[in-house]
This record gives sequence, structure tokens and C-alpha cells, in this order.
Amino acid sequence: MIAFAISCATRGLAGVPVTVEADIANGLPAFTIVGLTDRAIQEARERVKPAIRNAGFKFPQRRVTVNLAPAELPKEGTGFDLAIAIAVLRAEDPSIRLDGLAFLGELALDGSVRPVTGVLPMARCLADAGTKRLIVPVENAPEAALADGVEVLGAASLQACVEYLRGDGPLVAGVRDASPPSPAAEPDLAAVRGQGHAKRALEIAAAGGHNLLMTGPPGAGKTMLARTFPSLLPDLTPEAALEVAAIYSLRGSLRERPPTTLRPPFRAPHHSISRAGLVGGGTGLAQPGEISLANQGVLFLDELCEFSRQHLEALRQPLEEHSVTVARARAAVTYPADFMLIGASNPCPCGHLGDAQGCTCEPRQLTAYNTKISGPIKDRIDLVVSVPRQEYRDIFGGADEEPSAAVRGRVDAARHRRGEGDGHGNAALNGREILAAARATAPARRLLALSGERLHLSARGFFRVLRVARTISDLAGEDRVGEDALAEALHYRIEMAG
Amino acid sequence: MIEPRQVDPGSPEWPERLRHLESPPRGLWQLGSIGPTTPAVAIVGSRRATFGGVEIAASIARELGSAGIQVISGMALGIDAAAHTGALDAGGSTVAVLGCGVDVCYPPRHAGLRSRIVASGCLITEEPEGTPPFKYNFPKRNRIIAALAHAVVVVEATERSGALSTARWAADLGREVLAVPGSIRSRQSSGTNLLLRDGARPFLAMADLFEAVPELRSAAPTTALDAFSARAGSGLERFSPPLREILARMGTQPVHPDQVGLALGLSPALVASRLGALELAGAVMSLPGGLVARTV
Repeated sequence: MIAFAISCATRGLAGVPVTVEADIANGLPAFTIVGLTDRAIQEARERVKPAIRNAGFKFPQRRVTVNLAPAELPKEGTGFDLAIAIAVLRAEDPSIRLDGLAFLGELALDGSVRPVTGVLPMARCLADAGTKRLIVPVENAPEAALADGVEVLGAASLQACVEYLRGDGPLVAGVRDASPPSPAAEPDLAAVRGQGHAKRALEIAAAGGHNLLMTGPPGAGKTMLARTFPSLLPDLTPEAALEVAAIYSLRGSLRERPPTTLRPPFRAPHHSISRAGLVGGGTGLAQPGEISLANQGVLFLDELCEFSRQHLEALRQPLEEHSVTVARARAAVTYPADFMLIGASNPCPCGHLGDAQGCTCEPRQLTAYNTKISGPIKDRIDLVVSVPRQEYRDIFGGADEEPSAAVRGRVDAARHRRGEGDGHGNAALNGREILAAARATAPARRLLALSGERLHLSARGFFRVLRVARTISDLAGEDRVGEDALAEALHYRIEMAG
Repeated sequence: MIEPRQVDPGSPEWPERLRHLESPPRGLWQLGSIGPTTPAVAIVGSRRATFGGVEIAASIARELGSAGIQVISGMALGIDAAAHTGALDAGGSTVAVLGCGVDVCYPPRHAGLRSRIVASGCLITEEPEGTPPFKYNFPKRNRIIAALAHAVVVVEATERSGALSTARWAADLGREVLAVPGSIRSRQSSGTNLLLRDGARPFLAMADLFEAVPELRSAAPTTALDAFSARAGSGLERFSPPLREILARMGTQPVHPDQVGLALGLSPALVASRLGALELAGAVMSLPGGLVARTV
């Protein structure tokens, strides 16, 4: 007697449908699971057996073999429990109907069904593969319902699930959460006093998708400014939001970020994070890291110079390709990692270079500190801006500050002016593209030629300045890059003269 | 390839001026040629100098270099390096007095500067070849710097700077000591300000140096310019009124662009754009840490 139930494995953000085959044969009672499984799946034997018994069914006292096909695909996790139990029961009970159905869920010993991670990407995969109805843990039902083209049912227990399959009872239909939750309170730009220079740089970065580095003494407000940055960015498209939700689903982090929110994510990992935590990895199949959780949003690295060189080096590929491939012994996985980088750093190890307090660093320390950034990711940072410590009178008093909404209006307009392009903004234009897109006026071209000579701009530095100037012109509503835009862009360049 | 030579006090190459020392070195190792009778001025100061200080040291050295006066310093980071570089840039000759063996490059990052000095000047030390840069060698070598020079200009120094020891040696030897004054709040100028209080001559312009040491004036071609007094406040006509307005607000101390914007009521975008243009014109310099400073 043999039976099949459909479930799903993940490989990066993509799912792979898995057929759970159960065979019951004569012989000494035994329960074997094969199909390149990990420890969690081997332990499923000890969960499934009591779950079946405690749900009021009989576990076959014969030789039970379960195969997870395709058998060469590495699989892990507890999400196959429900499918295994259903396949085993179906092998002896033809009244259970499984047409067009798929199952995800972990079993408790008493037969109840527990939530698992990665339900959203798996539901999307199964929908694409032709599954009509998907049974998931009740807790995961709203998340699974975000996938189009599949009917989602939430099961609280194995018993309820079997009753439904026999046609004896209903299951709760999964409903997606009501339309976008009211935007969580993002810190508003108006909450930051002064810092006009830095705010202008944030606006340009938001409009062109440029990576930005802020330098300044401790306590100047770099972190505060960075946290307001998402409030300048437009809403995500529903597709992009779904992709973001899928990554959070894999990490089991949907509680911190409701799956229907359209606001871009903001991640700020501490510099003590492991490399695997940052770019993805871990034992077994690689989990998405912080850079993937920041996909379609903002990755903020505070104290950029405190991150190890290996960490910063690892960001290079994702910054260029907008995705990250993590190779592990069992498989290489690719996750999206299309994020904007905001870095913050002290200008020197003591933090007071150029500050009234005076710097106490040795010249040698200064050089070492600066080469850390200049090496691996300098090439990907278009804008640098300094954030000075605020004077008492700047913090209290003075004019009202412009709210984020006003800036976001200009950012939206600038982004529309440039059209969607490949969705990465001016920051993604390569040398040839930016030369064409800039349409620099003759005086601007003269200025550019002069800057190469006077400020020792490298070829890369040249294109960086042009990209930023293009965005400044977009914000100003100008078709061609003029002198003023170019001069302003030069001011934010990363290279120092001499 | 120039080879290091050892020079004895009896040799015709021995710098006469070293005889003024109570404890002259017993021998010198030289790499390059010192030109024993050339008039010379030492420019010394902090390793951890401000950008303004570095700029001042380099321009004094440029003036001296183009006037045919030799610049003597210690090849350390900061002021010393700026002094050597300035002299070399002006096509002048410069002598670096080392605290290590003549074949040792210290600090290592000055390898490029070192070979430039060897090509148009001289490295000189009393330490035998291969001597590492021991800490206690440096105060000792300061007396050689002081002895070789007709005058010592201290550009920036903290109260504990080695440049002050050079100034003391110079004063003991009867050499003129000049100090560039600085703000009483600037730590980098606390040492030079102390020197001024104790009787050093203030250095405000090249003329101060020539007045202190008349021999230098006769050595210098009559065309020697006085960059400092000639430059102050003039030559701004070439900038458009909006750019001049910015320069006028900047003064001599480095400021943050936001301060300029607040003072003039200009948007950050406008300030950044004008600063960019000024920097391109060479009138403004961006400093690490995000401040900007006037250079004219």
C-alpha cells in the first residue's frame, strides 16, 4: 500500500515541491524516513508516531517507509511533519482524499499543528506548481494567503485536518490581513534639528538610490538621521513588498514586520554581528542574512570602521549584483539583497577630528582607519557628508524643520522624472550610461574637466560625481546637468584633494 | 645610485656651523650633498599638525626654496614633511637630519619623500648605518638641526613637542628663533605661543625672517616674494559676488558648511554648490572631518 502527499522545501527564496511517499509493507514494525534529510526530519518519526496515536488514529504496526522526493535535494526543518503523517494515514485509509492538496506544518505530540518558517515563499512556489488547496498551521494561514492562485486552509490539529480530508468537517479558510497596516511610526526628519547639509545629502541619496556615508563625532546625530532615512523613500510596490515578506517569512521574523506593510525595511546590525548573520549562512542550508532582510530597503551600518574588513569585503558582491550567493557544503543558495547602504563613521578613532574638542589620534592611526573604508566599499559609495556636533542653540530654538513628507514629495517627483529604469535609480548607471543620461551642458563639462585635473578625480570618482549631479538635476527638474548641480555633487565626493 | 659617505670633523665637507656645538657629533653619515656654506633655515613643528599648519610650513619652505635658501628639518610626519616637500616643490635644496641610520627609512611611509630629498638635497645623521629610530636619538638630532640653521621657524608645536627642544638648542647656540603665532585656544599652537611669550620673534611674514637674519636677505635674490602679506585679502575680485560672499563669511578657521549656510541664510544645496565651485577654483579646501577652510 502506498500513498503520496505534497509538501515543499525551500532553496533560497525559491521553493521546490516535495512529494512525500509513504509505503506500508509486511514485516517487523519499523519507521524509516529517507530523502537527504537533516536531523529535524529524522526526529519527525518520534513526533509523527505519538501525534497520530494521540489524535485518535492508529499508527500501522508494520514496516513504514517514507521517501521525500526529489531524493537528491537536501531538505531540512520540521515543516514536513504534517505531510508525512497524512501520507502514512492515507496509505491505509482510502477515504482520505488528497487531490490537488499540499501540506505544511510541524506536529506536536498531542496532534496539534505548530507554525513553521518560510510558509509564504513555499505557498507561492506550490501555487505556481499547480496546487489548488494548501493546508498550513492556523498561525501561518494569513501569511500563506498572500500567495495568489491557491486556496489556503488553516489546520489547528491533525484530527481536524483528517476530518476535513474525509469530507467530515470544515477547516478555517486563510484570509490575508486587511490592507496595509497604518504605517508604523517611522522617525520623521523634522525631529532632527539643524543638520541641513546632512539632510540634503539624505534627500539626494533617496532620490537617486545612492549609497551614503556620514562622518562625524560621536553624539552628532548620525544614527538618528539614518533612522529617518526610510521615511524619505516611496512605498514599495506590492510585488516588492511580497518579496520582502517572503524573506522575513524564511527567517520567521514576520512578527517584527507585518507581511502587508509597504514601507521599505530598515536594518541596523551591530558591528559585532557574524559574517553569516550579515550576508547569510549558518549551518545546513544558508539562512538569509541582514543584507537580505534589508532587501528593497536600507541597510544601516553604524560605526562602519568597526566592522571587520572581511565583513565589508563580503558586501561588495551584493552591492554590485543586488543579490547574494551563499555557498555551503550542502548547496549554494541565492537571496535577493537589493539594499541602499547608509554608513556612519567617526572621522577618526577618537572621533574628534575637525571637532572643537580636538583630535588625539596618532597620524598612523588615522591612515589605518581611513584605508579600511576606502578599500572594499568606497567604490560603491557615491555621497559623503559630514555631520557636526550640534551646538546648544541649534538644538533649541530656531525655525521649524521640514517634515519627511515634504522631502518625500520631491524624491518621488525626481524618481518619476527619471522613469523606473531597472529600479535601482541613477546609482546603478555605469560609465557609458551616465555619460549619456547626464547630458551635461558645456560649462558643466568644462567644470568636470577641471575637476579631474585639480581634485585628482579617478575615473570612478568622475562617474560617481556625474551620477550624483544627475540626481541633483532630477530634484531640480532639469533635463541637463548644469554647473550648479555638478559643483554641488563635487562637494559630496569621497576623494580628498592632494 | 648615491652611496652613503662618512664625514669626519676634519674633512672639508664638515659643516662649519656644527663647530658651534659644545658636544658636536663625532662623525656624520651623509646621503646626498649638503653644500656646507649655503644659508639655511630650519622649519620644525608637530607631527600632529593642523591642516592650516601644514599649509603654512609648506609655503614658508616654498618661499625659501625659490629664494635659494636651504630648508632643514627632521623628515617626521606633519610640519617636517611639509617643510621638505615645500622646498623641493620650489626647486630648492633641503636637508633632513635623521634620528636613525642613514640607510633606514623612518617613518616608512616617507620612502618617496626620502628619495626626493636624496636627489636634490641631503640626508644626514650621526647614527651609524642600520641604527633603528630609537626614541632617545631624536632629542639628540635636534641639536644638529639647530646648529646647521641660521634661524629656526617653529610652525606649530604643543607644549611637549620636540620642536621646542630644537628651539631651545637654537637659542643656546644664538640662532634666531621665530614662532608662528596661533589662537590661544589651539592646542597645536600652545608651544609656539609659549615660545613667543618667552621672547621668540613672531613670524607673520617672510620679512620677519629676513629682518631677524640679515644674512639671509643678501643670500636671497632680490625678487623674493612675500607671499603672506601680499596675499591677505586680495585677489578675490576674480570670484563672482555669490562666491565672494561665501569666502567673506569663512574667515581663517575651518568651518562646517552648515555654519556658512546659517550665517548667510542660504539653503544647504546652494552652499554645497558654491563650496564645490570654490574648491575647484582652489580657494577652499575640504578637510577630513567635513570642515572647509579658505586657502586664499
